[in-house]
Amino acid sequence: MLFWPLKLPPFAHRAPESLEEGLELLAAGDGEARVLAGGQSLIPMLSLRLARPSLLVELRRVPGLGGVQEDGAGLRIGALTTELVAERDPIVRARSPLLLEALDFIGHPAIRSRGTVVGSLCHADPAAELPAVALVLRAELTARSLGRGSRTIPARDFFLGPFTTALEFDEVVTEVRIPAAPPFEGTCFLEVSRRPGDFAMVGVAAAVTREGDRVVDLRLALTGVGDRPRLLTLDELELEGRASPESLFNEAGRSVGARVRPPDDLHASATYRRHLSTVLTERALQTAFGRAATRGGAAGA
Amino acid sequence: MLDPEVGPQALLSIRLQVNGEEREGEVEGRTTLADFLRDQLALTGTHLGCEHGVCGACTVLLDSLPTRSCLVLAASAHGCRVETVEGLARNGQLSRLQQAMWDSHSFQCGFCTPGFLIQAASLLAENPTPTEAEVRHALSGNLCRCTGYESIVRGVLAAAGGQEPAGEVPQ
Repeated sequence: MLFWPLKLPPFAHRAPESLEEGLELLAAGDGEARVLAGGQSLIPMLSLRLARPSLLVELRRVPGLGGVQEDGAGLRIGALTTELVAERDPIVRARSPLLLEALDFIGHPAIRSRGTVVGSLCHADPAAELPAVALVLRAELTARSLGRGSRTIPARDFFLGPFTTALEFDEVVTEVRIPAAPPFEGTCFLEVSRRPGDFAMVGVAAAVTREGDRVVDLRLALTGVGDRPRLLTLDELELEGRASPESLFNEAGRSVGARVRPPDDLHASATYRRHLSTVLTERALQTAFGRAATRGGAAGA
Repeated sequence: MLDPEVGPQALLSIRLQVNGEEREGEVEGRTTLADFLRDQLALTGTHLGCEHGVCGACTVLLDSLPTRSCLVLAASAHGCRVETVEGLARNGQLSRLQQAMWDSHSFQCGFCTPGFLIQAASLLAENPTPTEAEVRHALSGNLCRCTGYESIVRGVLAAAGGQEPAGEVPQ
């Protein structure tokens, strides 16, 4: 008795009560089924008819996929944990300042109230914040499938291209694990977008480990400047052994600016994005360095 | 609710609480919560602008959290509590926020108003005395194509502060 036109393409909808049942549905879907968590990326793609799955398997009723836990190894964020729940979670607030800082840049409150941390990783939008954060924090994703059980995928091997990940069609990511931060590490997330909540023109996630006034390690990932975020380290930037952090960070900014191949679109020219990449990289590294605790002392400026 | 054999056109029975009343309906998998509210419950106060999560006009409270009703399937709202703009007024009396926005002329064409009201109500519930910057940040996901933002911000601040409304009360 429905006469109104509907925006989304037709699909069957299932909300299984167990993970096993969900995995069975996905396996039977033969690549035509998609997992629905918060839907804040998938539903817009359906609205624009960029995706036409025959079946959506909604995870909402599957027990045990929510929340944030801490163990000796670090944080574990379940697949149904929304960005809003994560940003309010005391464990995230205490243990993962980089994730916390990045979460505030994601969309708007009405998006973060539904959108999930794991969902954003699985969607792998090249302009999204969390894939870059996952790379810098050396996160690992746990993927389950019906036939092959559980496997761990390091973030480094997870993002393959725009909206493309290492996940097979019959797999569900049940959680992402973020290892405990090493001591003397500071982090920073910076982003420039036209308006708050818009996708980044350029975003930078950075972590710096210091020993006194020396930089001993740094990790970087940029968002919005390529087909996927890539992890950049001291080695990859060929930047080891510099005397002063200031010149190192300046050099890193230039190196990043020369490496990235950002898109040219109506939001920003490629030239401007390259410029932002240089400036934000230097600034994020400097800020992360300042935030890192020094041996035998408190956190820096 | 879940028949293993359902195809795309099969109807799903849903039950949810809308503005305090238990409501039921039958929807397709692809029916959004906004479609259900507007087309089946005739709650047309929830407006659909962009229908892909950008404009904020369709914002409702879903289990007390501001949510884009165009980005939630009706089937996903089964068992949930929904509050729409129709639920803000009580016993024929505008809420304090609605009255303040009315007094401040916080709308021009009015299309975006329901989304702004819900988002602002949610802000004030969490932070009863926001600064102007906090109001602007909280409302940054709602678009007003008339660009009437100044009066909208003024209205929310008036509701928060109990200040004299800036606009005159209409006759």
